[in-house]
Amino acid sequence: MTTYRTHLLVCSGTGCVSCGAFELRRTLEEEIRRRGLEREVLVVATGCNGFCERGPIVLVQPDGIFYQRLKPAEVPRLVEEHLVKGRPVKSLMYVPPQEREPVPHMKDIEFFKHQRLIVLRNRGRIDPEAIDEYIATEGYAAAAKALAEMTPEGIIAEIGDAGLRGRGGAGFPTGRKWEAARRAPGDARYVVCNGDEGDPGAFMDRSVLEADPHAVIEGMIIGARAVGASRGFLYVRNEYPLALARVGKALEQARAYGLLGRDILGTGFDLDLEVVRGAGAFVSGEETALMASIEGRRAYPRQRPPYPSEKGLWGRPTVINNVETWANVPAIIRRGAAWFASLGTETSKGTKIFSLVGKIANTGLVEVPMGIPLREIIDGIGGGVPGGRAFKAVQIGGPSGGCIPASMLDLPVDYESLKAAGSMMGSGGMIVLDEDTCMVDIALYFLRFAEEESCGKCAPCRVGTGEMARILAKITTGDGAAADLESLESLAATVARGSLCGLGQTAPNPILTTLRYFRDEYEAHVFDKRCPALVCKNLIAFAIDPDRCVGCLLCKKACPAGAIAGELKKTHAIDQQACIKCGLCLSVCPAKVRAVRKMTAPASGRAAAAGAGGPR
Amino acid sequence: MRYGGGYDGPMCPSKVGLEALIAKAAEPRRALIQVLQDIQERHHWLPPEALEQVAEALGVPLVQVYGVATFYRAFSLSPRGRHVCTVCLGTACHVRGGEAVLEQFERKLGIRAGQTTPDGATTLERVNCLGACALAPLAVVDGRYHGQMTEAKVEGVLAEARRGEER
Repeated sequence: MTTYRTHLLVCSGTGCVSCGAFELRRTLEEEIRRRGLEREVLVVATGCNGFCERGPIVLVQPDGIFYQRLKPAEVPRLVEEHLVKGRPVKSLMYVPPQEREPVPHMKDIEFFKHQRLIVLRNRGRIDPEAIDEYIATEGYAAAAKALAEMTPEGIIAEIGDAGLRGRGGAGFPTGRKWEAARRAPGDARYVVCNGDEGDPGAFMDRSVLEADPHAVIEGMIIGARAVGASRGFLYVRNEYPLALARVGKALEQARAYGLLGRDILGTGFDLDLEVVRGAGAFVSGEETALMASIEGRRAYPRQRPPYPSEKGLWGRPTVINNVETWANVPAIIRRGAAWFASLGTETSKGTKIFSLVGKIANTGLVEVPMGIPLREIIDGIGGGVPGGRAFKAVQIGGPSGGCIPASMLDLPVDYESLKAAGSMMGSGGMIVLDEDTCMVDIALYFLRFAEEESCGKCAPCRVGTGEMARILAKITTGDGAAADLESLESLAATVARGSLCGLGQTAPNPILTTLRYFRDEYEAHVFDKRCPALVCKNLIAFAIDPDRCVGCLLCKKACPAGAIAGELKKTHAIDQQACIKCGLCLSVCPAKVRAVRKMTAPASGRAAAAGAGGPR
Repeated sequence: MRYGGGYDGPMCPSKVGLEALIAKAAEPRRALIQVLQDIQERHHWLPPEALEQVAEALGVPLVQVYGVATFYRAFSLSPRGRHVCTVCLGTACHVRGGEAVLEQFERKLGIRAGQTTPDGATTLERVNCLGACALAPLAVVDGRYHGQMTEAKVEGVLAEARRGEER
């Protein structure tokens, strides 16, 4: 085996790949060969580091130097300076917002410093397509222990004592689920990994599958042994091509190593796993719908009980857990329930991965101990809201969750606290909203999402989500009345009570929390016909400040409605009647001119944009 | 890595290679979605003849085949364009101005999301989240990710796709 003096770990998660990580890797390899360093320096493609904002990322080991936003053109200099002369290149390092000095080492960067990695322990460290690297970091040791040294009862007791709860949203205790499946009568049993991560703004499951697919497979081997399953499925979203490819490869390697298939590790235990591609339906994330989809049918949820642990796939006992839940299992078996239970709060143990997105300086994926205050995640790790704007709220839990206002930033992040605040853990999407975000518009966004994704089985969900979206749309166009707020509240209660599955039961949450914490914004739309965040098209107007306009014609050329009049070097003006409020003039006006202003529309100017913000 | 994708061959159902696809499937009933996905991937839509052949070969009623084909978003029952523009409207993209980007694509192409231009060249789609939220707002054109999109960049992105075709 060749020993290299330096490893270059090129982040190859979807974020970095989209920014050119594969091309960067090729350039690095070519340059290293050109300099004759190929026996000293190894380039490794790793899974997602989580700091997607700064991609493409390269970590130099063993130095621990963190390079970010690297372009192929900078590679020759990087190789010359760092690898040949041993001088790390300061200008390619991370500089925190509002600071001037770069932070050379990954471990010192605020984004990474406060994280606690269990599920993501291998992210950015190993090549996810090489099973040997996983094994070298204690991979499959837990599976070997579970298969050779532990009884099924012992495994379930360990998971139960650890206090592991489902990471997909509802937080059901994993040990109890497994116990029920083990006790249920039946001739065959199944294990299923729910990787149908449909919540917009959440991508931790994708990242785990991309960065460490073997951890999920190992968790499933342990779970299958505990409940007595010999077959399992990993259901992965079709929108995640890289995750699908890596899981497929990992399964092949595990089979080739005798970690899947017949008589695993000579223990007489058989298990095979296969990948099922999702076909694009949000509701398939609901467990009974997901099983229908695996069986080749439409993804309609069904009544529970019976729960999947009693009657699941093809009517047989089935354990279905989310990607992150499965990936926690090997660590618990390896390090013990007491260790896991020492992290987190009384009722929420271990860590949780959150995707920190929206109006936040450091977009990315973070794994933190349960119970950490929201503020620490958003200000500490996330670096707060960029551009000098004020933080308004954080939306947690996707379409099933709710918005938590600035006044509650000290809330500890655990299942119970979030629920009490009207939100929920969900899969862990955290969308940060600033003063430029309209809360009525956000509620409308989620209700339209729910309406579109409702499978149509239950009338309260199918009709109710559409009706709530219609009322919200009316409010955003300035046509709302006081009675609409009451209708929303009563409809919300009906839809929550009358729907069969989680989609409908939680669909009103975005409305209920925004009404609870931001009622004044609804009232501004309804009574003053004003959108305080200047988002709702029908209630705003664009105008050109004659004192700032330099007459450059950029906005006039860009305007799709031909609503801007003006000549070169003469002040331009917008015809309010013709304006369609697309905002293109604002986005093309040069930053140093900033002549285009967004403002509350005068009452008479509102009609022109009617319909422009209507339902699509 | 590709999301979406272009046109890669004639849309002749006889070339669907159904027999081979179905032979792969050990459990015909369960294979329905997988077979449809393979056809969709190869032809970028599901021709009606192909659906009939699938129904017959799998022994599944045609109504059930259509039921599945119309339920899932991954399936298209009409031909898609040589170019596919996908605009992400996940929550992160939404709060960073994704709607305005989509509207600009609609204006420039003269179609609404979900439609294909009359000349069959370009299909415009919206998606509810590609999980690349750091790049928000995001548009994917012919498999290429364009992050931090603005309305003003739309024209250039479309021109780049057209140039790619000429090469």
